[in-house]
Amino acid sequence: MSETNKAMIEQYRNSFLSEVEANVEEGEWVKMCMQCGVCSGSCPLGKHWAHPPQEIFMMIRAGKRDEVLTSDSMWMCTSCYNCVVRCPRQLPITHIMHGLATYAKKLGLAPKNQPTARFAEIFWNNMMKKGRVNELKLGLSLYFKDGFGAGIKESLRNKDLGMKMMKAKRMAASEFFGGHGVKDIGGVQKMIQKAQEIEDARMKKFD
Amino acid sequence: MAKREYSYYPGCSSQKGASSSNLMKSVDTMCEELDIQLNEIPDWNCCSASIGYASGSELPRLTLSARNIALSEEHNKNQEIVATCAACWLATKEAAERLKEDESMFAEANQALAEAGLKLQNNTPIKHMAEVIIEDIGLEQIRAGVKKPLEGIKIAGYVGCQTNRPFGIAGESFENPMYLDNLVGSLGADACTTYEKKVQCCGGALAFSEPEKSQEMIKGIIEAAYDNEADMIATPCPLCQANVEIYQDQINERFGTKFNIPVVYYSQLISVAYGRSASDAALDGQLIAAKKLEDIASK
Repeated sequence: MSETNKAMIEQYRNSFLSEVEANVEEGEWVKMCMQCGVCSGSCPLGKHWAHPPQEIFMMIRAGKRDEVLTSDSMWMCTSCYNCVVRCPRQLPITHIMHGLATYAKKLGLAPKNQPTARFAEIFWNNMMKKGRVNELKLGLSLYFKDGFGAGIKESLRNKDLGMKMMKAKRMAASEFFGGHGVKDIGGVQKMIQKAQEIEDARMKKFD
Repeated sequence: MAKREYSYYPGCSSQKGASSSNLMKSVDTMCEELDIQLNEIPDWNCCSASIGYASGSELPRLTLSARNIALSEEHNKNQEIVATCAACWLATKEAAERLKEDESMFAEANQALAEAGLKLQNNTPIKHMAEVIIEDIGLEQIRAGVKKPLEGIKIAGYVGCQTNRPFGIAGESFENPMYLDNLVGSLGADACTTYEKKVQCCGGALAFSEPEKSQEMIKGIIEAAYDNEADMIATPCPLCQANVEIYQDQINERFGTKFNIPVVYYSQLISVAYGRSASDAALDGQLIAAKKLEDIASK
């Protein structure tokens, strides 16, 4: 169990809701949920959620910390905002789901090998290298995420698509060597590091 | 001098050799025709889309967008920011609103921005190019400039998610926005007004991480276009375009369908209707050729 997770359990022993309100993006909205279920019925991937949003909200209030944070439900969010615009109480559900996923990952509780968690991490790291996403490397990292053998197989499976994209000039082999990027990448990286420090410090304020 | 001028945030996929370079090119053509000057935000960065969240938490993500707005305010003074990518627009507009509502978060973002020598004022409107077309210019004026009406083409207007929610176009409903159909009509084409999947999610970034689940949704989006007897699908969103066009082979393999329907951008429709060539309209960027548009372009 990660140290951060241990510290958080100690701190919020009796109230997972307080923990979510303090540490999860837009978490202060959770108690506003009136359990109508419109979000769950509106989600395009609804049938794939072990616990749809409405249930997640109630589980938070019932203190089901492990069940919520280790769930792969939040990782099913496609960011379509259907739930957000339909919620009668205007909860920013998409952001709360993202926030719960981020928090679970930070505590080391996100399910291992959850494909969207892994892809999101690959995406973020790819972007942080040059300040812009390198689509070619993003695709390759995704193919090779499970090792070299699986990577070759996956690349071959997608070979035709890759060739078509290159022919349409919507993918460029040259992106492998350098490619697009921000000039002041040093500034971007320092800025993000600072933002992360500020946010981490804010989380500790509730000690 | 151009009639309208905006600070332009093209985004990662709208770069040379990237997946929506055809959107970029057709937007350039469309803007030439509509007398719009786009001034790119110097040294803009990625907004982290809607998928960066697993590693990039709230403040780092908001700060990424804050940097773009700050750069725009410094270099493209008093110009509204215009994005052509749904995710870019959403992330930027969302960041602007969140930092307006939350003063302490605004101060924190500026503290981080100082590391890059920047300062955010945060008083710049953030627009989607669709708002420029529909609200700033208006469909009456768009219609008036048509040189080659897109006659005989039936088009399913696929608005998608993030161009439509949570912000969308003023006065339009989230469930049945009409502006894309109206635009299609004003260009002389035939809009499939009963296209029921017009705001259905394509899976977004999950098309990469959860291909099976996403392709099931994309299948529905394409099937409904065929059911409505559409010749092609048109969309404002680069990820919608890519997801719905490029996986048709994989979907055919997975579900035994025989899909082969072109998916184009509204900017390509306008470019062709305004008399520009197939190449100017970036029709050579299609994986599935939009034959009927090519025919009109070469007339």
